[in-house]
Amino acid sequence: MVETLQLLLPGFLMPLVDWLMRFGEGIFGSLWPDIVTVAWTVIKAMLIVAPLLGAVAYATYAERKVIGWIQVRVGPNRVGPWGLLQPVADGVKVLLKEVIIPAHADKGVYLLAPLFSFAPALLAWAVIPFSDFLVLANVNASLLFVMSVTSVGVYGIILSGWAPNSKYAFFGGMRSAAQMISYEVPMGLALVVVLMVSNSLNLVDIVQGQGRGLFAGMGLKFLSWNWLPLLPIFVVYVISVFAECNRSPFDLTEGESEIIGYHVEYSGMAFAVFQLAEYTAMLMGCTLVSLLFLGGWLSPVSFLPDSFLWLLLKILGVLVLFYWVRATFPRYRYDQVMRLGWKALIPVCLIWLAVVACWMLSPWNIWK
Amino acid sequence: MGSMKEIFNSLLLKELLKGLSVTGRLAFARKTTVFYPEEKTPQSFRFRGLHALRRHPGGEERCIACKLCEAVCPAMAISIESGEREDGSRRTVRYDIDMNKCIFCGFCEEACPVEAIVLTRVFESHGESQSDLYYTKPMLLANGDRYEAQIAADRELDSKYR
Repeated sequence: MVETLQLLLPGFLMPLVDWLMRFGEGIFGSLWPDIVTVAWTVIKAMLIVAPLLGAVAYATYAERKVIGWIQVRVGPNRVGPWGLLQPVADGVKVLLKEVIIPAHADKGVYLLAPLFSFAPALLAWAVIPFSDFLVLANVNASLLFVMSVTSVGVYGIILSGWAPNSKYAFFGGMRSAAQMISYEVPMGLALVVVLMVSNSLNLVDIVQGQGRGLFAGMGLKFLSWNWLPLLPIFVVYVISVFAECNRSPFDLTEGESEIIGYHVEYSGMAFAVFQLAEYTAMLMGCTLVSLLFLGGWLSPVSFLPDSFLWLLLKILGVLVLFYWVRATFPRYRYDQVMRLGWKALIPVCLIWLAVVACWMLSPWNIWK
Repeated sequence: MGSMKEIFNSLLLKELLKGLSVTGRLAFARKTTVFYPEEKTPQSFRFRGLHALRRHPGGEERCIACKLCEAVCPAMAISIESGEREDGSRRTVRYDIDMNKCIFCGFCEEACPVEAIVLTRVFESHGESQSDLYYTKPMLLANGDRYEAQIAADRELDSKYR
């Protein structure tokens, strides 16, 4: 902890930190190191969660702006300059609204379901690295952790479909669950290929591995990132992320304009928590795409320094792609979603898995 | 061979990229938004907005309580009671339009033989409760007095098509 603070804080604050450490040790004695560890972890978690929730609020604003521009409108522009306070106004509105619990709902499950979908979306951020050392938990199986934790999000959807005792919500929940489980298969297969080429499950190692290669030696680092040698996998992964986040054109679970989704029976803040979960999961998807295929915090050319800002820029780019796609494509029919997942994405993944495996065994292996 | 080409094109996402390029170009197109309270779109002189009861230039109300508007109203929004005034003329005692029911079809205006009931261009009228939207005779006459200049000008423009 002290070492990290030395890196981040200006020098004249360090005596203050030293004094605090000695003061705490004097009061708590041998318990103090444990207290420091817990407190430091909580502070770090807060440092991730608070900006994340802010980013989620402004992701809704950005979505409305970008889709507005594409539809030759200007988007929200009344609340604050350029409508920048719109998320605040939305938040106040949603807090003031009533949460109506259906008469025959299973009350406990009904109220737990939003948390079940929101908590996993937040939990996965624990292992996301923002630069070489800015990571809450640099565990070795971080990619596996992300995969398993995001899968738990489907429970929130099933429960929210089942708890209100409404057939429409139930249909929506079942559809959504089937879709998310189906698309985890191509997503997982795509990740297998990434694991193969980077030879690690650690997200920091995966990003650092992308900084090496033929083009990186020539200064053009962005051509060494995974997206180019694994282009089909990159496309499959992005499509699966769209489906996994229940985003357009696979947003038939939500289908705001014509069909019903798992959260039809929710209102007010309970509904807003589902929205928060959706956007958090979407940001998570964007971050994973940036880390696994777009080189994370690595700079695109070698004369610019690697920085956390590059990661932000890449996440923003992928996010805009999400919005752009939403504004462009019509929604898939349910059977088409399933067909695309099982009959197109999975075969492409399997074929490319074999191709990459042969490539890695051949003398032209570029990932040594 | 044709189907091979199709498969190849769909694997390359050719059509999807084409669609994305169209929307991507539109994102930078000039925006067509009308900033409503500050800007307004042009309005026809035949616009059917809030109702008004007109008066003759001397101040005498036009309506003769013939109840044709009440009869023609498809939404049954108009209710009229007629009676004899002190000078012996037939006038409305009550002339109510329930704006909750009105569909702004303009049939009342067409049916009126004396151009008494007209629809103005006003579309920004509102009420905070159902009773606010129940317009009585004095309210309608006040509308007429307030917008008479606009009503007269619009009817002048429309007169050559009648």
